[in-house]
Amino acid sequence: MWLHQSGDALRLAARRLIASPVNTLLSVLAIGVALALPAGGQMLLANALQLARNSTPAPQISLFLDLDADKRAIRDIDGRLKNHPGVKAYRLIPREDTLARMKANEGLADVIEALPKNPFPDAFTVLPADDRPEAMEQLAAELGKLSKVAHAQLDSDWARRMAALLKIGRTGVLLMALLLGVGLIAITFNIIRLQVTTHRAEIELSRLLGATDAFIRRPFHYFGVLLGLAGGIVAWMIVAGATWWLRGPISELAQLYSLEFSLRPLALVDSIALLAVAAALGGIGASLSLSKHLRDD
Amino acid sequence: MIKVDHASKRYPPGFDALSDISFEVAAGELVTVGGHSGAGKSTLLKLIAAMERPTGGAVLVHGQNMGSLKRTAIPYLRRNLGIVFQDQKLLFDRNAFENVMLPLTISGFPPAEAQRRVQAALDKVGLLGRQKAMPIMLSGGEQQRLAIARAVVSRPNLLLADEPTAHLDPETAADVARIFLEFRAVGVTVLIATYDDSLFPDARRLVLAQGRLQ
Repeated sequence: MWLHQSGDALRLAARRLIASPVNTLLSVLAIGVALALPAGGQMLLANALQLARNSTPAPQISLFLDLDADKRAIRDIDGRLKNHPGVKAYRLIPREDTLARMKANEGLADVIEALPKNPFPDAFTVLPADDRPEAMEQLAAELGKLSKVAHAQLDSDWARRMAALLKIGRTGVLLMALLLGVGLIAITFNIIRLQVTTHRAEIELSRLLGATDAFIRRPFHYFGVLLGLAGGIVAWMIVAGATWWLRGPISELAQLYSLEFSLRPLALVDSIALLAVAAALGGIGASLSLSKHLRDD
Repeated sequence: MIKVDHASKRYPPGFDALSDISFEVAAGELVTVGGHSGAGKSTLLKLIAAMERPTGGAVLVHGQNMGSLKRTAIPYLRRNLGIVFQDQKLLFDRNAFENVMLPLTISGFPPAEAQRRVQAALDKVGLLGRQKAMPIMLSGGEQQRLAIARAVVSRPNLLLADEPTAHLDPETAADVARIFLEFRAVGVTVLIATYDDSLFPDARRLVLAQGRLQ
């Protein structure tokens, strides 16, 4: 019986949506555009995350040796690094190489020429086996204590900045989703209020014929859910269209930076979440509206 | 079936629509409530259908006090009641079949059985051939008969009708009156508010004047 009545209510809701196509279309567009903003933000964020993962140089530790470190000291450190379990790979950068590289830089060449002797120390770059920030910091501290090592520097600043940036992005998307979610509830609230007014005669008659509150609410509730769902589909299409449109220009840009990157559409999980949230918000808006506008008549 | 016990209804600020009404209707009876418009006929029907609560006395239907019913109990009670409203209250965006189907949908009838019942009800009032027609395409008499079909489709044992023959030409009015007599003949209790009780010569007559029984 409940199933029959639900099916009837769903059909009735769909019929009411189709009965005023212009109103429905405008409502669905309003909801769709509102949802497309956070959904699009999520799409861009997911891509940014992907880009960050693929193009960040693996974090490494630089060991700068004392200026008076001799060949023996270097061999000694080399040996220790070779046997250290926390070290995945390492490389020696001799001070002569650093000097040559710096001289090649036009702005610095004159300055370096003016110096009496090579100001750069020998250095090692170390790739840690474990790239969690805490583990790397511990390794850097440990390596910094080796004799003739002047300073151990952790090059994870860029990764940290990126992570901080992504965190801001994620918060922004969340904030936008919250605001527009509230907006969506407000939109449905108002649409359902109009629906209740339009169907006042039918509601009154149904009550007189013995309809329970649940029976009367059901089609309006489904109306809200269907409206939200349709809005979610529109939002998804807007994001998919934008992805398709941006893909060419972004690939071009990526190529100029010699990055291997192409824009991906909204992930399946995100798409399903978008539709579910849209339908749920539509239902919540309808419920709120119904409890206000169907209370006592 | 119906027991009205010293019932009165006062609307604010102090208008007495009904004062101290008492009568009983036995199962299977046909009763008309006559009187001029404004005499309180509609108010009396509204008390019996729990659309209004009495401000004094009691109205009992099937032994239940309609004035002290819980709000949530009213729907289930109304399902055993057939009501023909004065303004008919047909839904103009649904066809004849769907209008009559509504009470059965509300009470959760299985669709196949409901469909048979709707057709039986439409057949009873002579509208079986017009089930796809929208109410706006029906004549006044047909609309009234449609309203009756909707009132009886759930086979209630009490049928209330508020001025069912008003605004109909004499021939159509006689037609509609005959339908009520047919329901009475199969054991349905019928209570009709009408200014013209000559259409129901066999009925027990109650007459209201200024909110009091004559």
